[in-house]
Amino acid sequence: MRLASTFLWVVLPYSAMVLFVAGHIWRYRYDKFGWTSRSTQLLEGRWLAWGSNLFHYGALAAIGGHVLGMLIPTQLTQAVGVSEPDYHLISAVAGSAAGIACVVGFVILVARRAYFPRVRRTTTPIDVATYVLLALLIGLGLAETLAVNAFGGGYNYRDSVAIWFRGLFILDPRPQLMATAPIIYQVHAAAAWLLYALWPFSRLVHVWSIPLQYIGRPYILYRRRYPALRR
Amino acid sequence: MRVKAQVGMVMNLDKCIGCHTCSVTCKQVWTNRPGTEYVWFNNVETKPGLGYPRRWEDNDQWRGGWELDKRGRLRLKAGGQLQKLLKIFWNPNLPTIDDYYEPWTYDYETLITAPLSERDPVVRPHSQLTGKQMEVKQGPNWDDMLAGAPETAGQDPDLRGIQDHVKFAYEQAFMFYLPRICEHCLNPSCVASCPSGAMYKREEDGIVLVDQDKCRGWRFCVSGCPYKKVYFNHKTGKAEKCTLCYPRIEVGLPTICAETCVGRIRYLGLVLYDADRVLEAASTPDEKDLLNAQLSVFLDPEDPEVRAQASRDGIPDDWLEYARRSPVYALAMRYRVALPLHPEYRTLPMVWYVPPLSPVVNALEGDGYEADPDDVFPAIDMMRIPVAYLANLLTAGDSEVIKAVLHRLAAMRAYMRKRQILDETDSEVARAVGMAPPELEDMYRLLAIAKYEDRYVIPKAHTELAQRLSEQPGTCGLDFEGGPGNCGALPRPEESLNERFMMLRQLPVVGPEAAGK
Repeated sequence: MRLASTFLWVVLPYSAMVLFVAGHIWRYRYDKFGWTSRSTQLLEGRWLAWGSNLFHYGALAAIGGHVLGMLIPTQLTQAVGVSEPDYHLISAVAGSAAGIACVVGFVILVARRAYFPRVRRTTTPIDVATYVLLALLIGLGLAETLAVNAFGGGYNYRDSVAIWFRGLFILDPRPQLMATAPIIYQVHAAAAWLLYALWPFSRLVHVWSIPLQYIGRPYILYRRRYPALRR
Repeated sequence: MRVKAQVGMVMNLDKCIGCHTCSVTCKQVWTNRPGTEYVWFNNVETKPGLGYPRRWEDNDQWRGGWELDKRGRLRLKAGGQLQKLLKIFWNPNLPTIDDYYEPWTYDYETLITAPLSERDPVVRPHSQLTGKQMEVKQGPNWDDMLAGAPETAGQDPDLRGIQDHVKFAYEQAFMFYLPRICEHCLNPSCVASCPSGAMYKREEDGIVLVDQDKCRGWRFCVSGCPYKKVYFNHKTGKAEKCTLCYPRIEVGLPTICAETCVGRIRYLGLVLYDADRVLEAASTPDEKDLLNAQLSVFLDPEDPEVRAQASRDGIPDDWLEYARRSPVYALAMRYRVALPLHPEYRTLPMVWYVPPLSPVVNALEGDGYEADPDDVFPAIDMMRIPVAYLANLLTAGDSEVIKAVLHRLAAMRAYMRKRQILDETDSEVARAVGMAPPELEDMYRLLAIAKYEDRYVIPKAHTELAQRLSEQPGTCGLDFEGGPGNCGALPRPEESLNERFMMLRQLPVVGPEAAGK
């Protein structure tokens, strides 16, 4: 039990982090040409309009929620005047909205991929692995929000999961905090680390290419064939 | 004034016979790969017709190119930078593959492996997207030679405002061919639309390219180009486009489409332009003034001031000589017979067209009778079609400009006819179109004789600059002015040439001696 707990909540996270960082460096150095979102909008557009927008905006909101819930300590939110019941309400309502959008979008995207032979043919094994992990991750995430926190008895993950998560980054791993969490949170967290390990090798790398530098950029770009000579 | 050089193209539509050799050779060279089956960097359309992708000219639908906002400032028609980022997960203006066509191939093996039977074996089309058998419903040139025109050609966006006058009955039909490549615009909206900054215009020759390592497949360039000449490779997930065959241009050779053009309709040459005035020209309030605005951005290579500034801006001297002899500059500026395709998109395109006189003359010539030259002038003025149609295509609807060009082309024919049959110089007809007889004869040489060396006046890129650069890193750090001197023998520079094309072998290899210190 102890061994399993150490493996799942210490070894797995750190291995995933190493793979995540090293994998991205490797991919960027050796596969810039393959670094793309691999969009299939050219092949099918109508389902994608709903699926992609719902999924991506839902996912962005959910990521925002995780930053709030996982990275920011309870004391800090209370210090700025957000009480525990308030936080609970906000996270349950916003989290449900984001989660539902994300799950509905994801279902549309997967259905689309299965239904249209043109799109299906573009699916690679690593895509399938990504979708399986994503399905697990966002399905359980929504279940936590809806079944546990919105309509269930509630579980204060900020006192366990979040502290364990932050502990990993300050080299103070506390696996016992996760070992006592409900199984649904455990599977969710483990799936997340597996996804991070897979990330640099999948099309998910496009997340790091969100072109924020486009804002305010001059419209027309010129490049010299050869940079100016050093004199 | 900031002088830049641009390699431009002119196509003489009067001489295009619609043979598609340009398309085929281009495809063999550039897009004969998985993921680009449906892509034609060069294609030839029959006009009037829907084109490829279908109705690409309808930018009320696709929202490509630029427009002016209420305060007269230039902006991307599909929305600015922030709007683009919000639509990044799904681009509302992107054509789908069915707007082009579903690419297919045939199971040719059937022909060889079919058992002996009474009937010949049949190869069936298979989709290159799904691998499944399919029914071919559309192709890259589906309305060739007005095929299906009675049903479909009425939807040609260039017929706006003149639909009622156009009849696709056999006797009244008119048509011509429109070969299309990337316009390598001075104000490219594809470059402006690319959020990743992967697309760029080359400073030296103005060729617009996609950096395949920086492209992230956001697809805004595809919809942002009003000519729909940026394509999405569905295998690699990256954008690709016409490169103006830059590996050939750099060594002074014409593009594949031009080289293999049997009608000899294409011209390649340099145009010098003032990069500081591009935005101002593209922001011209009235669409019909865009042609003159663009012409005013071009710089006269004979002007000493221009030449001096060009040298200061790093344009090599031999390039200035090539600019002087440029057939593109001559046809667009000196003779004023070449016109940009859809100037109203405000991208300042650099592939221009000499409008076809043939549809007008053909309409006059009934069953085998040759039109009286004297009838051609009035006919140009009388004929609403196809002048109005050509105007929608080439001058943002200004029929007067089209008429002036057609008058010049007709005058050239009349002048040369008299010259050759009667040995008379008719300076009257020349003067009527504002030209001098020698000018008309020069234009005739360029358009009708069209010698290879007159059509393609392409300066070589100065690759010795690159060689000097490649010698800089990791070679001798002591060999600078006032430094201690040489480190020893440098490696032969040929070794650094990684492109081993036959044509590169002819290049003089510039060694460290020749390139100077």
